[in-house]
Amino acid sequence: MRILLGALFTLLFMVNAWAQDMKLAVTTSFHNSGLADILLPAIEADTGIRVQLLVVGTGQAIRLGQAGDVDAILVHSRTAENAFVEDGSGTHRREIMYNDFVLLGPQSDPAGIANSQSAVCAFQVIAGKKATFVSRGDESGTHKKELNIWALTGYNPADFESWYRAVGAGMGGALNIASAMNAYILSDRASWLNFKNKGELALLFSGDQMLFNQYSYLPVSPDKHSHVNHNLAVQLEEWLVSDRAKQLINDYQIEGEALFVFNAVPE
Amino acid sequence: MTDIWEGLLHAFRMLLALDPDLVEITFLSFRVTLTAVVIASVIALPLAALLVVRRFRARRAVIAILNALMGLPPVVVGLIVYILLSRSGPFGVMGLLFTPTAMIIAQVIIILPLIASIAHQSLRELWSDYHDLLISLNTTQRQRIVTLIWDGRRALLTAALAGFGRAIGEVGAIMIVGGNIDHATRVLTTAIALETGKGDFALALALGFVLIALAIMVNIAIHWLTRTETEGRW
Amino acid sequence: MGLLPLVAEGAMVRRRGKHLIGPVDLKLEGAGVTMVVGPNGSGKTSLLSVLHGTLRLSGGDVRWACPLDEARKKQGFVFQTPKLLRRSVRDNLTYPLILLGVAKSEAREKAAEWAERVGIEHAFMQPARILSGGERQKLALARALIREPEVLFLDEPCSSLDGRATREIEEILISASNAGTRIMMSTHNMGQAKRLGDEVIFVLDGKLLEFRAAGAFFEAPETAQARAFLRGDIVE
Repeated sequence: MRILLGALFTLLFMVNAWAQDMKLAVTTSFHNSGLADILLPAIEADTGIRVQLLVVGTGQAIRLGQAGDVDAILVHSRTAENAFVEDGSGTHRREIMYNDFVLLGPQSDPAGIANSQSAVCAFQVIAGKKATFVSRGDESGTHKKELNIWALTGYNPADFESWYRAVGAGMGGALNIASAMNAYILSDRASWLNFKNKGELALLFSGDQMLFNQYSYLPVSPDKHSHVNHNLAVQLEEWLVSDRAKQLINDYQIEGEALFVFNAVPE
Repeated sequence: MTDIWEGLLHAFRMLLALDPDLVEITFLSFRVTLTAVVIASVIALPLAALLVVRRFRARRAVIAILNALMGLPPVVVGLIVYILLSRSGPFGVMGLLFTPTAMIIAQVIIILPLIASIAHQSLRELWSDYHDLLISLNTTQRQRIVTLIWDGRRALLTAALAGFGRAIGEVGAIMIVGGNIDHATRVLTTAIALETGKGDFALALALGFVLIALAIMVNIAIHWLTRTETEGRW
Repeated sequence: MGLLPLVAEGAMVRRRGKHLIGPVDLKLEGAGVTMVVGPNGSGKTSLLSVLHGTLRLSGGDVRWACPLDEARKKQGFVFQTPKLLRRSVRDNLTYPLILLGVAKSEAREKAAEWAERVGIEHAFMQPARILSGGERQKLALARALIREPEVLFLDEPCSSLDGRATREIEEILISASNAGTRIMMSTHNMGQAKRLGDEVIFVLDGKLLEFRAAGAFFEAPETAQARAFLRGDIVE
């Protein structure tokens, strides 16, 4: 009995924080791409920093940064990022890379969006035909991008009927639902390529400038939250804009397709 | 159906290979839940015994509250713990958010009412047996509580096991307060949620089978432990 | 300091407007066995509980010759149905001693001694629940006697036992009485009252109608109710 108790207390008080640990909030779409599995070991090898990823939506990532619960964030929603810097939560915004969004739907493409002129046109067709559409509905970067496009179509998602499903799920969850419902959905390319439950879904439309997806890195301000690990956050930023990162990011492929384009500019 | 079969096969392959990631998250699941069960039991069992032996004024209110808390949605517990432990929350300075400790705290809150409630039920029955004798022997309140807990230890172990079962399978709260960080706070349930999100049902199911196996093994171990105990047998 | 005399003055218990017992005035002293008799529901159990101190008084007073905390340690109580702990025979016997802070090894030695004395040593390490009805009551009796109480209360301990078990219990009680334990015991068995009793208390409707030497009570009861009771009539 005593041995058992002793063992329990050892379990309880086991120290599990490294001095070189930092917390980085990233979006689900970035994590689902699998790029993190390439970058994190390289970061640890080059700098000794162990990056702990918190995989959340952009909305929650911003909140985590504002509350000082993470040391930096890597997100893709420019308006929210600018607000984050303006309210003093972040020191600055540094563009790192971009990938793109793709419009998915049933292989048979009942609404006929495959040959649309632009993303806005494709959305208009879907709304016009009232084809089933799954929306993330979770304030994530992807969701915000989707809403931006709707704003340009002249339609208001608030007026949509039941063909428009705001599911309030992460990218993977939303893709699972779209796959089960044979619905149209906006996804980032990486999540789509890594998704294993594609079912009848197929990539129907991509390539519009409008669908580009800029990832930025924002360290949390040490002036606002004195406990954040700003040194590590700065070190990580230096690594993320280095040539080594550039090579790893540009070379990352899934099924022969490059996913990200490195576009950080030296200071 | 093929998914389930594939999941089983996948689980076996990972177990046979002692996949290091699998070992890590399984161990963390076990460690977090066991710690939570021990802490919750240390509080809940004496509380249950006290509620049985002592007729204080707020007794009924406490029992009603315990029963109500049993149905507490874990997600809400998670959210509240999250807000309390956040850097901008009242306990933020401790830096506990997104650590196993935060997960333990959330689980303790979730299972404490459950363990206390089940323990209270069985101790009440025992107390009706023991009441006359213990009063006659002029026992102190402390002696009564100790006697009830010792003689009711089998039933109390069952209560703790119920707590273990609820905690090990819990995902909502620990996802929020733990953050599902790889190599830090990822446990079986949050890993299952993650893999489901990626559409990798085979891996998610494999993890699910490991989770079930873990729960069953703990039950068997406890059962075996109480069977081998002969001293003071009833 | 001794326990006796035990004095009750106007002791009475009411619960939810119902009169259970009293007012009781009595003085218990000396040595021997006092039998409490009376019809079912007359208040025998309540009387024993009030004197033992497990039934809270609504009025009046029960006093021992020493402070109450001391007094409670020197009393034993045996219930009508044996109240056994869910433990082994041995651990049932050691329990009252452990409560008093007696060392475990010493308590176990004493337990073995008492198990042998009441004839249940064959099941010493077994769970108490496997004992027969008679053995259970003997265990309960041994557990009450193991503290070597100055006063022992018994509430109809033989009411559901066969003749043999009853005789064994009575033999244990007689030897305890001879060793100096003051015994107060209720019964509905007049034969038992005659066999064991030095004194008799006759209870009816919560009141003590008679408290006299056993011989005198059985030969010439003072009250009409006691006479009717001894005749075998139904008394209310």
